[in-house]
Amino acid sequence: MTTLTPTRTEPAVTTPKSARRRRGGLWLHVLLIGGLLVVITPFVWMVLGSIKTTAELRQSPPTWLPRDPTLGNYVDLFERLDFARYFFNTTLVAGAVTLGNLLFSSMLGYALAKLDFPGKRVLFVLMLGTLMVPAIVTFMPLFVLISNMGMVNTYPGLILPTLAGASGVAFGGFLMRQYIQGLPDELIDAARVDGAGEYRIFFNVILPLCGPALAALAILTFLAAWNNFLWPLVVATTEDMYTLPVAIALFAVGQHETNHGLLLAGAVTVVLPVVLVFIVLQRYFTQGIAMTGIK
Amino acid sequence: MTAPATAIREPAGERHHAGRPRWRSNLVSWSFTLPFVVLFVVFMAGPIVVSLITSFTDLRVTDISSPFAVDFVGLENYINVLGDARFQRAAVNTAVYVVAGVTLTMGFGLLIAIGLNQAVVKFRTLFRVGYYLPYVTSIVAIAVVWRLLLAEHTGLVNAVLSVLGIDGPGWLTDTRFALGSLIVMAAWRGTGFLMVIFLAGLQSIPAELYEAAEVDGAGRWQRFTSITLPLLRPTLLLTAVIASIGWLQFFEEPFVMTQGGPLNSTLSVAYHTYNQFSFGNYGPTAAISYLLFLAIALLTVVQFRLFRSKT
Repeated sequence: MTTLTPTRTEPAVTTPKSARRRRGGLWLHVLLIGGLLVVITPFVWMVLGSIKTTAELRQSPPTWLPRDPTLGNYVDLFERLDFARYFFNTTLVAGAVTLGNLLFSSMLGYALAKLDFPGKRVLFVLMLGTLMVPAIVTFMPLFVLISNMGMVNTYPGLILPTLAGASGVAFGGFLMRQYIQGLPDELIDAARVDGAGEYRIFFNVILPLCGPALAALAILTFLAAWNNFLWPLVVATTEDMYTLPVAIALFAVGQHETNHGLLLAGAVTVVLPVVLVFIVLQRYFTQGIAMTGIK
Repeated sequence: MTAPATAIREPAGERHHAGRPRWRSNLVSWSFTLPFVVLFVVFMAGPIVVSLITSFTDLRVTDISSPFAVDFVGLENYINVLGDARFQRAAVNTAVYVVAGVTLTMGFGLLIAIGLNQAVVKFRTLFRVGYYLPYVTSIVAIAVVWRLLLAEHTGLVNAVLSVLGIDGPGWLTDTRFALGSLIVMAAWRGTGFLMVIFLAGLQSIPAELYEAAEVDGAGRWQRFTSITLPLLRPTLLLTAVIASIGWLQFFEEPFVMTQGGPLNSTLSVAYHTYNQFSFGNYGPTAAISYLLFLAIALLTVVQFRLFRSKT
């Protein structure tokens, strides 16, 4: 992240001004670290709480470190409840949405960036418009549609509307268009002269150059689908089709409302994979933001 | 952002393959957009139109297999919704969510971004990753954690306050504090996202501008108001729109943490919409979601006007 360092140089001589600056720098770090503690503490508390017994979690005043750490909550999640199933459902749905989004978005992005055809402008406007339509506006008619298609409580019913929503192909198509537009036309022209069809150009010339954009899109899509709540809540009508967020939310307001240890272990199960992925691949997140033109 | 319309209607130019008819290359081009078009028509445009029609009908969950055999009731759904005390409460709450939430997240996001952008800051990446972290996590899971953090007798927040000698209230059970607690929690989660956008915006401002202003004797505040703010205006506009749209859909937090209570004090329009849906009242659901849609469109237009007029 060397690009982040501004090119300002500090004078080496110790003047009153630079001494004041150094003290200012110290205070700035104190504030930034304080803010970071506020951000991180709930996560630490979540992990510590997930290995406490519910009895300990319900005592007042609360404890910070667990008195007798136990993995009982996690055992309960996977043995008494069906969290392995929810984990599988969430992974399958998020994975399918991601794969579909990578393929369809790069196709759309390529057409909008490099091909000329009637209706292109309309399509671009529709794509941008879709970005502005929140799920809360379409979920009810979507449910009526999906139930008439016989897809309530099925994987296609979970996957397809998510792929069509604001964080699906509309967002992906926009990101890929921005990226592909920056690729040189000469590459495509050269391939055309060699007699390659558009699909060969797309798969053999364009896609291999889209690595960074596809990586950013894959991560952003997978996370959005993993955390998605409203639509899975509406369309998954029996427990065996729940995704992790749906399971946790419904247990938290329903039958397991007071089982705090179980709820915290559930929260860790949803949050921890995402946090690990984010820390390892964090540079793709900021790249994704930069690619969509937000500067 | 788009090519002008004339460029698209251009007859086969040099980039066109000789000997290949225009209609054929159009077909190939369209085939690239087909997946999006199909998804858009079936799962986006269709539902939006159906939703509009439904908002003028008495569709209920029992009519789900014959959605076209319903009666038109004119504006009745809209009139009932607007006159409903619960909806009015939800609308006021949502207005508070948007105004307070956007102000808090943009304010703190900008403050942290400016702090991180100072040359003296060490471990910048660590801070950026840390502050962004809550934003990538599931709102539902985070809301569960915060519900326990904010609990009156067993929560960490009141335990910390009691060390300072303050007897903290039931943050989520007291009508005076529940709404504010949800806003603070959601702002805690959303600030990092705006911070990253602001940081990118700040880094695109050339350092020479600040140097020149410093040579001219401009103070810190003056440099902020006459360089940072004007040059950041497009970024501020964009983030204000994105943040407002997000806060207008406030749903998971009240669902998990308060179920809209106590006494509807945290009920949001999105949550009210979902409740109407789960009661099976599809006509009113459609009417409310259209009002929300309208609010989003209106807010976007107003914000574009507001920011543009100042330049």
